[in-house]
Amino acid sequence: MTDKQRLLIIGNGPVGHQFIESIIESGKGGQFDITVIGEEPRPAYDRVHLTAWFETREAASLNMVKEGFYSDNNITALTHEKVIAIDRAAQTVSTDKGEQYAYDKLILATGSFPFVPPVPGHDRKNCFVYRTIEDLEAITAAAANAKVGTVVGGGLLGLEAAKAIMDLGLKTHVIEFAPRLMAVQVDEGGGALLRRKIEDLGVSVHTQKNTQQIIDGDDCVHKLQFADGAELETDILVFSAGIRPQDALARQCELAIGERGGIVIDNACLTSDPAIYAIGECALWGGRIYGLIAPGWDMARVAADHVLGGIEEKAFTGADMSTKLKLMGVDVASIGDAHASTPGAKCYTFIDEKAEVYKKIVVSSDGQHLLGCVLIGEANDYGTLLQFALNKITLPEQPESMILPSLDGSAGVGLGVDALPDVAQICSCNNVSKGGLCAAVQGGAMTVGDLKACTKAATTCGGCTALVGQVLNAELTKMGVEVNTDLCEHFPYTRQEIFHLVKVGQIRSFDELLEKHGSGHGCEICKPTAASIMASCWNDYILEPKLAGLQDTNDRYLANMQKNGTYSVVPRMAGGEVTPDGLIAVGQVAKKYNLYTKITGGQRVDLFGATLDQLPKIWMELIAAGFESGHAYGKSLRTVKSCVGSTWCRYGVQDSVGKAIDLENRYKGLRSPHKLKMAVSGCTRECAEAQSKDVGVIATEKGWNLYLCGNGGMKPRHADLFASDIDTDTMVKYIDRFLMFYVRTADRLQRTSVWMENLEGGLDYLRKVVIDDSLGICAELEAEMANVVDTYQCEWKTTVENPEKVKQFRSFVNADKTDKEIVFIQERGQIRPATDAEKMTNADDLIVVA
Amino acid sequence: MSWTTVCRLDDILPNAGVAALIDETQVAIFRVDDKVYALANKDPFSKANVLSRGIVGSVKGTLVVASPIYKQHFSLEAGNCLEDETVSIPCYQVRTEGELVQVQVNC
Repeated sequence: MTDKQRLLIIGNGPVGHQFIESIIESGKGGQFDITVIGEEPRPAYDRVHLTAWFETREAASLNMVKEGFYSDNNITALTHEKVIAIDRAAQTVSTDKGEQYAYDKLILATGSFPFVPPVPGHDRKNCFVYRTIEDLEAITAAAANAKVGTVVGGGLLGLEAAKAIMDLGLKTHVIEFAPRLMAVQVDEGGGALLRRKIEDLGVSVHTQKNTQQIIDGDDCVHKLQFADGAELETDILVFSAGIRPQDALARQCELAIGERGGIVIDNACLTSDPAIYAIGECALWGGRIYGLIAPGWDMARVAADHVLGGIEEKAFTGADMSTKLKLMGVDVASIGDAHASTPGAKCYTFIDEKAEVYKKIVVSSDGQHLLGCVLIGEANDYGTLLQFALNKITLPEQPESMILPSLDGSAGVGLGVDALPDVAQICSCNNVSKGGLCAAVQGGAMTVGDLKACTKAATTCGGCTALVGQVLNAELTKMGVEVNTDLCEHFPYTRQEIFHLVKVGQIRSFDELLEKHGSGHGCEICKPTAASIMASCWNDYILEPKLAGLQDTNDRYLANMQKNGTYSVVPRMAGGEVTPDGLIAVGQVAKKYNLYTKITGGQRVDLFGATLDQLPKIWMELIAAGFESGHAYGKSLRTVKSCVGSTWCRYGVQDSVGKAIDLENRYKGLRSPHKLKMAVSGCTRECAEAQSKDVGVIATEKGWNLYLCGNGGMKPRHADLFASDIDTDTMVKYIDRFLMFYVRTADRLQRTSVWMENLEGGLDYLRKVVIDDSLGICAELEAEMANVVDTYQCEWKTTVENPEKVKQFRSFVNADKTDKEIVFIQERGQIRPATDAEKMTNADDLIVVA
Repeated sequence: MSWTTVCRLDDILPNAGVAALIDETQVAIFRVDDKVYALANKDPFSKANVLSRGIVGSVKGTLVVASPIYKQHFSLEAGNCLEDETVSIPCYQVRTEGELVQVQVNC
C-alpha cells in the first residue's frame, strides 16, 4: 500500500497531458501516483496541428511529450488500452485488457469523436473521419488509388481536411449543409469571400447540400445523392461534420450528462461525483461543449489546481471562442459576437475586392465597445481587436478606423499596451496574461525569445508575438532598464545600425567607420563585424591590406585554426558531389602534406594539420585540380547538402543534387552574421535533413517546399515551412530576399533560428516582407544579392596568384622555417596533435612538420 | 644585448602582426598607428604559437591583442592578461630604425 494519492487519467490527448504537466509543474507531483490510460497507440500529440503530419508523415513530429517525461516523474503511461467501465463505489476502472486500476481521483479527458451523419452508405469503404494520425495514414493509403476526394463539412476542420486531400493530388470537393463555409464563425459576406478564395485554389465548394445517401458510383467508388437531386462522384469521403463528446464511460457509471451529451461539470471541473473530474471536449460547462484547445487547457489547469487543494483558486468560467488561423493559406479570424446577434449591435464593414480582404466589426449600441469581428484575407488587427473586445476598452470615436486602411501611411489605431489591465490575456493558447509577462520581465527576461521560453507565450499559434514584444518593451522602459544593445565599447550602435551606416555612407574601410561613428582602436568584436558587413555590402577581397587585420581568426588566413595553431582546409564540393579524379587529387594533396583527413557533416572532406606556410602550397595544388575555396572558415554559406534525388533514387521526385549545386554556387562567398547551412531533399523522406538547416528545400510533385530558419547544433530548431509547391525561380527569389533581409537585420553571431524567434510578428511577418513585399524593399534586397553573386571570387585563387599575398602566410617574417613546436603523433593511420604529456615522454614517436 | 633586425615596417600590415624567429625564440610583432610592439608569440592558454595572428585593438584605452584561439586579451605594452591577473607573457624591446624593425631578446 502506498500513502500517495492515486490520480488516474483516462485519455492521453493534449488536454489530459496538460493536466499531468500542470500537476508536475506545481512541484508536488511526488504526492501522487499518476497513471494515464490512452486507447491510441501513442501518448499525447498535437491534434491542433494534425495536418502538419503530411509534411513529414512521421508521428514523432507531433509528439507533445518531452523525452523522459514519464520516467523522470514516475508516471505510468499505458497506451493501446481502453477503459471499458468505471466502478464509482469501489473507485476502480477496468480495461479491455482485463486489468483493474484503483483511483482516489479520476480525470476524464476522453475528448470527442467525429460526428458521422447517419446517411445510408456512410460506412462504405474509403469513408473516413479526420481526427487521429491513424485516420491520416488511412486517408493517405487510400489516396494512392484515387482521383477525387470529398469532404463532408465546411467548418474549420473540414477545410483543413480539404487542404490535405488537395495536397495528396486529388480533385477536391467540400460539401456543406449550411449556406456558407465556417457558418459558426463567419458571416455571410466573409463566407462569400472565403469561398471565392478557396475556389481559386481549385477546390469545388457545394453549399446547402443535404446528403441523402451514398451509393456505388459510375466513374468513381462512391456517388453522393443530395436532397435537391444533384449528385457528386468521389473515390474518397471524409466526414468532418462536427464533434460529439465522448461520454460513454460517464453514461455507463451514471454521472450527470447533458441533454445532448457531454459530462456536466462545475467551475472546478468536477462532475456529479466529487472524486471525478471531466476536462476538454468531453465536458459540458454551462450547457456548452468547448471544441477548441485553449478552453481544454484551461480546464486542465483548473482541475489540476483543484486536485492540489485549490491553492490558486482557479475556476473555469467559460472561455472566449475567438479564433485566428490560416486555412489553405487564407487568413481567417473571428471574435465574439460575429453575427451581431446582441440587441442594438451595429456593424462596420470594409471590403476590398481587389486585395480580397473582408473586415467587419460589431460594436455595442452606444458605440463604446467592440462585441465581435470577422476578418478574412488579412487578420493583422486580430490581436488588437481581441484586446478591445476582451477588456472592454473604449473604442475610438470613429470605430471604423479600427479596420480602415490608413491612406496617409500613418500607423493604424493600434493599442498602447499601457491601456491593458494586468489581467488582460495576451496569449490565449497558453493562458498568459499581461501581468504574467511583466512578472517574467521583472524576473530577468530581456527578449521575446526569453519570454517564449519562460512563459510559453506565443509558442502555439504565434498570433500574439507582436503584442508580447510590445509588452516587453513597455515593461523594460518602465523598469528604467536601458537595454544596452551597443555592439561593443567602440561603437554605440547595434549591428543593424552599423550595417545601415556602412551601406548609406558607402563606407569601405574600418578606419573610416571608426573615425565617423566610433572611438578607440576597435576590438575582436567590432572589427570582424565591420569586415562581415562590408563584405556583405561591397564584397571586396577580404585580405586587402585595409581589411586583413579586421578578419576573425579563420577568415584571416582563409582556413580554420585548430587548437595547436595549425589549420584545416576544405575545398568546395558543391552539393556533396565529387568526381573520382577530384577525390584522388584531394587524397594526393592530403598524402603529400601528411594531413589528417575526415569527412564532414556537410558532405565534403576536411584536411587537418596544415601549417600557415603550407596553406598557399596546398591551395595551388587544389586549384590546379579544379577545386575552389569551400569558405569553411567564413561566417558565410558553408554547404548545400543533398540526397541523391530523382537521378538515381527510386523515390526521388526532383533532381536534388542539381538544385543543391545551383544554390551552393549562387550563394557561395556570401558573408552573413553567422554561418549558413542549406540542404535540398529530393522527396518527403527528407534524407538531406533540410529541416535542420537555415534554408531547407524539399522536392514535391509540383515543385519545392521551402523551409527557413532551422538549426542543428546546440539548440536544435525545426525549420518553418515558408512556402509550398513553388517553382525554382520563385524559390531563388525568396531565398535571395530572405538571406539579405537576415544579413541586414540580425545581430552579430545570431543564427537565423534565434533571429526568427525574436522577429516581431514571426513567420507571418517574414512572409509579408519576403512574399508580399510589405516593406517595399524586395527590389533592393534582390539587387544587393545580385551584386554579391556577380562579384564572387575564389579567395584562394586571388591569394595564390599574388606573391605579396602569399608572403602573408609565412610562419616567420624573417626565416623560411616552420614552427618546430607543432608536433603530431600517429593514430589509426593518421596524424593528430601530440598531447603535452606525449611531447614530454614520447620523443621517438613525435612527428615534426619538416 | 643587441638589436636584431627582423623585417621592414612595410612587411607588417597596419593594425596587424607578424611572427619572427630570433634564435629559438618566437616573437609576435604588432604595428599600431605606426608604432611597433613585441610580445611572446606563445598563447599561454592554448600553448600554441599564434598571438601574432590575433586581432589588435583597445580595451578601455589599453592597446591589446586578442588571442585567436580563446580570445583572452594581452596588453601590447606590458604583456599582462586582462582576464586573468595571474597570467602574463614576455614583452620585448622593439624599435624602428628608418624602415627597419628591430627587436631585443634577452637570451
